[in-house]
Amino acid sequence: MDRVIIHSDMNSCYASIECSLNPELRGKAVAVGGSTEDRHGIILAKSEEAKKCGVKTGEVIWQAKQKCPDLIIIPPHFEQYMKYSSLAHDIYSRYTDKIEPMGLDEVWCDISGSIKAFGGAKKICDEIREAFKNELGLTVSIGLSYNKIFAKLGSDLAGRDEVFEISRENYKEKVHPLPVRVLFGIGPKTGDKLNSYGINTVGQLAACSSEWLRLIFGVLGEDMWQKANGLDFSRVMSDGQKIPIKSIGHGITCTADLVDSNEVWKVMLSLSQNVSKRLREAHLEATAVQIAVKDNQLVTRQFQGSTPYVTQSAGEIAKTALDLFQKNYLWNYDVRSVTVTAINLQSENSPVQLELTGDYKRHEKQKILDDTVMELRQRFGEKAIFNCCLMTETKMPEHKEKVPLPFMRYR
Amino acid sequence: MKNRKVYVKVLVQFDEEGNVLPMNITWEDGRKYEIDKVTDIRRACAFKVGGTAIRYTVRINGKITYLFEDEGRWFVESRS
Repeated sequence: MDRVIIHSDMNSCYASIECSLNPELRGKAVAVGGSTEDRHGIILAKSEEAKKCGVKTGEVIWQAKQKCPDLIIIPPHFEQYMKYSSLAHDIYSRYTDKIEPMGLDEVWCDISGSIKAFGGAKKICDEIREAFKNELGLTVSIGLSYNKIFAKLGSDLAGRDEVFEISRENYKEKVHPLPVRVLFGIGPKTGDKLNSYGINTVGQLAACSSEWLRLIFGVLGEDMWQKANGLDFSRVMSDGQKIPIKSIGHGITCTADLVDSNEVWKVMLSLSQNVSKRLREAHLEATAVQIAVKDNQLVTRQFQGSTPYVTQSAGEIAKTALDLFQKNYLWNYDVRSVTVTAINLQSENSPVQLELTGDYKRHEKQKILDDTVMELRQRFGEKAIFNCCLMTETKMPEHKEKVPLPFMRYR
Repeated sequence: MKNRKVYVKVLVQFDEEGNVLPMNITWEDGRKYEIDKVTDIRRACAFKVGGTAIRYTVRINGKITYLFEDEGRWFVESRS
């Protein structure tokens, strides 16, 4: 028997939640925008009315205001978005325990086992839509299909508060005439490359030989071919199942551009302390570090390198990050934002291959020092002890919302 | 006339199962209203004043009205 998968997407999530919280905003052009003072002054989400005026997610607030002078900008309330996301999860869990979130506002649900009990897939979708309207004051678009890729596509094609079904019988008629870019996982670059080979629609992609696609695009080529032919067998994660952590990172946009390595060091050290804390909480250690540096022309560059030791240490992570930065960044422009990510993670109890030349005594001392600092912070607060250089101006924003975003697709 | 969210003092009774039942409401000016009956309890959007909460449909002096509970705070939709 075929699986029954739905993909549900909360329409204009952040903006709709703001309108639900404040009924006076309903029917008006509303956008949720980041703080201009903290240089996050971009549109994060917009209402349907703002969309009609041409306001786009990701554009800067002044540009959006030019298009729509009456646009009401609301600061984000992430704690509310988390609350609504959790309540949405409660609605889905009435029908299944196989719920896989993608961000705060989208989920896949495998409702195969609930069809008989609830009177059919369409009925479940309608009940979910009604529950969202009555309980949360929000609308969802739902895609209904027999695999995750077509379910996701269905929710993209569905209108506000609608259900769009893609079945085995109708997928050729409904999906194949669409451009290849509509398939989940095919980005602009892959889309352009496919177009350059004359493959413009999903149908054309499906008609290609999978061997040829593999030759041109590698594993991704075969994956795309399977998606186009409705042969996606990826599972929907069970509720509560934890996705293995592959990386732990932290990044910020500075309050002003960083103009020298000393300023970059302070930011990297501060970010690394957060990364180190989270590594400890997850009982993981890093063997490599990745940095992402965005300059004031909004161009981002990423660099990766190994840490000298398998580490959780903020100092060692920060030093590796700075080393990467100094070796690779050309300083054509000043730096706007920095992200430090611990990668190639392993369990903190994993055996380690030692090297003859390593200064392990120093590493061990550093570890003891870090443990002590962490303990002090745990007992007396985050600001009980910190590096001297962070006492001066760091160009880091005072407060940053923490928003954990579950986004990975389970296979 | 504008709808506004009025937070109120509520006397509640917990039963053996831990279920909550509102008994009376004290309005912001101090007037007290006894709840005759709770006819429905469900999560619902407070459409008039915004937000989502556990909605208690209650009968007070023969009149049906809504009482909302959100994270330990109780409110009603009022027109003023």
